[in-house]
Amino acid sequence: MAETRSAKAIIHRFSGMPAFLLGGMVLLLVSLSFAISVGAVPVPLNTVWGVILNRIAPGFIEETWSQSREAIVWEIRFPRALLAIMVGAGLAMVGASLQAVTRNPLADPHLLGISSGGAFGAILALLHTGLFVGHLTVPLLAFLGALAATAIVLIVSRFANTMSADRLVLAGVAVSFIIMAGANVLVFLADPKATHIVVFWMLGGLGLAQWSQLLYPLVILLICAGWLMFKAKDLNAMTVGDETASTLGIPVARFRLSVFVVGALITGVMVAFSGIIGFVGLMVPHVVRMAVGGDYARVLPGSALIGAIFLLWADIAARTVMAPEDMPIGIVTGLVGGIFFVWLLGRQRSAI
Amino acid sequence: MKAAKLSVEDLSWSSDRGAATLLHSTSFSLDTGRVLGIVGPNGAGKTTLLRLLYRFYRPTTGTVRIDGDDIWSLSAQAVARRVAAVLQEQPSDFALTVGEIVALGRTPHRRGIGGATGSRDKVIVEDALDRLELRGLVGRHLGTLSGGERQRVMVARALAQEPRLLILDEPTNHLDIRHQLEVLDLIRSLPLTIVTSLHDLNLAAGVCDDVLLLHSGHAVGFGPPAKVLSEVAVSDAFQIVARKEQLSLSNTDHLTFHLQKQGSHS
Repeated sequence: MAETRSAKAIIHRFSGMPAFLLGGMVLLLVSLSFAISVGAVPVPLNTVWGVILNRIAPGFIEETWSQSREAIVWEIRFPRALLAIMVGAGLAMVGASLQAVTRNPLADPHLLGISSGGAFGAILALLHTGLFVGHLTVPLLAFLGALAATAIVLIVSRFANTMSADRLVLAGVAVSFIIMAGANVLVFLADPKATHIVVFWMLGGLGLAQWSQLLYPLVILLICAGWLMFKAKDLNAMTVGDETASTLGIPVARFRLSVFVVGALITGVMVAFSGIIGFVGLMVPHVVRMAVGGDYARVLPGSALIGAIFLLWADIAARTVMAPEDMPIGIVTGLVGGIFFVWLLGRQRSAI
Repeated sequence: MKAAKLSVEDLSWSSDRGAATLLHSTSFSLDTGRVLGIVGPNGAGKTTLLRLLYRFYRPTTGTVRIDGDDIWSLSAQAVARRVAAVLQEQPSDFALTVGEIVALGRTPHRRGIGGATGSRDKVIVEDALDRLELRGLVGRHLGTLSGGERQRVMVARALAQEPRLLILDEPTNHLDIRHQLEVLDLIRSLPLTIVTSLHDLNLAAGVCDDVLLLHSGHAVGFGPPAKVLSEVAVSDAFQIVARKEQLSLSNTDHLTFHLQKQGSHS
C-alpha cells in the first residue's frame, strides 16, 4: 500500500514537471505569436512567423508582406514581446527567491526599496539631468538608483545589526519610503508640464523596447537566473528556518545577502527598461507552487515561464483595452495581482 | 552510523553588544554513543549552549571539539556532515513535501553542479523515511501534518545528514504522551552521540546517560542523572522544593516539585 503510493508519488513527480515545462513552452510561443499579431494594426499569424523566420534565415520563406508590416513585427512588436518575456521571467524569479530567503510569502522585488531607487534615478534623468547619454540615460540612472537603494538597505540593516529575515524586510520598507519621499521632492521641484512623462514611467510600460538595448537585460537575466538555479537546493533549505539551514552547512547571512544583490541586479535592469511593474514577483511563484510543488529546482524555471506568459498577456491587454492608446501595464498587473491577492487570502483562511 | 566524541572546554558566550554573559565557562566531555540531557529553568542558557554546539554561535571563549577537531577550524559544511540538529523552528509552508524536506538532509554532502542527487543519497533518504515510518506521508505537505508527524519529519531530515552527533532542542515539546515516549525511545535506539535539552527532569533521568544542569548560565552539575539531579541541586536551580520519592511499583526514583516545604499546605 505504502509502496504503491510512494511509487505513484515518484511517477507523478517525474511526469509532472516535463509536462508542465512543455505545456508552458507551447503556451509561451502561442502567447508570443498573439502578442505580435494583436494591436492597432492587426498582423496575421502566418505573417508574424514569416517575418521572424525570414529574419533568422533570409530567403527561407517568400516575402508576401509589405515593408510596413515587416517593420511593425520586427522593429516594434517583437522586441517589445521579448522584453515582456524577460521582465516577467526576471521579476517572478526574484520574487520566488526573496520569498525563500525572507521566509515571507509576501516578499516581492519592490519590497526591498529596489524599485523606488530605480524610480528616483529615472525621475532624475527625465526631469533634471537631461539625456546626457542619449536613450540609455533613463535606464542607466534607474539601474544605478536601484543598486544604490539596495546598498542603502544593506548598510541600514548592518547598522541596525539586523541580518534576520523579517528585520531585513522592515529595513527595505523603511528605506523605500525615504527614497520615495526624495523622488517626490524631485517631481515637486520640476516643471509641472514635464511630470506626465514621470507618471507614465512610474506606472510601467514596455514601449521603450528596442533591439539595440535588449542585450543588457538578457545578459544580466541569464547570469543571475543561472546562479539562482545553481542555488535552488539552498533556497529549499532556507524555507525551513535560519538555524536549521545553518546546521545544513549554509552560510545563512551571506547567502541571503547574495540573493538580495542578485535580486537587485535583475530588478534594477528590468525597472530600468520597463518602469515599475508590480505584483508579478509576488503572484507568479504562488501559482507555480500550486502546480509543481515547493522544490525550487522546479519553482524557479516554472516562475520564469509563467511570469513571461503573464506579462505577455498583461501587455496585450494594456495595448488593446484602450486602443490605440497604450495603457500603462502596471495598471493591468496591479489590478490582476490585487484581485489574486484577495483570493489568496480567502483561500488561506479556508485552508486553516 | 558512527558516533562522535564531544568535548567542550572553557566554553562561554556573551552577545555581540557585550551585554550579559549568557553562558559562563563550561567544560564537559561526552563519550561516543552517550546521551546527554541539558536541563535547567527557562533562561538558564540551554538554547545558548546548544547553539554553540551546532556552530550557530561563535564562542566568546573556549572550544567545542568533535572527535578532536575544533568545529570553528572546520567549514560549516564539514561540521554539517558530522552534526545535525532538530530545532523548534516551525518551517513556513512553502509547499515542500515530506520527501523533499528529508532530502534536505543531504545538503552538506552535495557535490557538483546544482547538487544532483546520486543513488546513494536516495537510499539514505529512504532509510531515514523508513526508520521514522514516514513512507506513507512522503508526498504530503508539511503544513498538513500533526505536530508529532512534523517532529518525526525533522528527525528523519537530521538522520539523512548521517551525523555522528545529533542535537535536539526540546524534542518532546507540544507532543502528547505517546509521541513523547516514541521520541525518547528513538533517542535511546539511535547509535549516535546525542545532546538534547529537556524540560521534564524525570524524562531526562529516564533517558539520559548524563545530564548537565544549568542555572543562570552556569553549569552547576554534570554526570549521571541520579547524582546530578539531587533534591538540593534541583531545588536550588529551579527555585522550588524538589523531593525525590520512590515509585512503589517500579521502584524507581521520581522527583516531585512543590512551591513550599511540605507540610505548609493551605
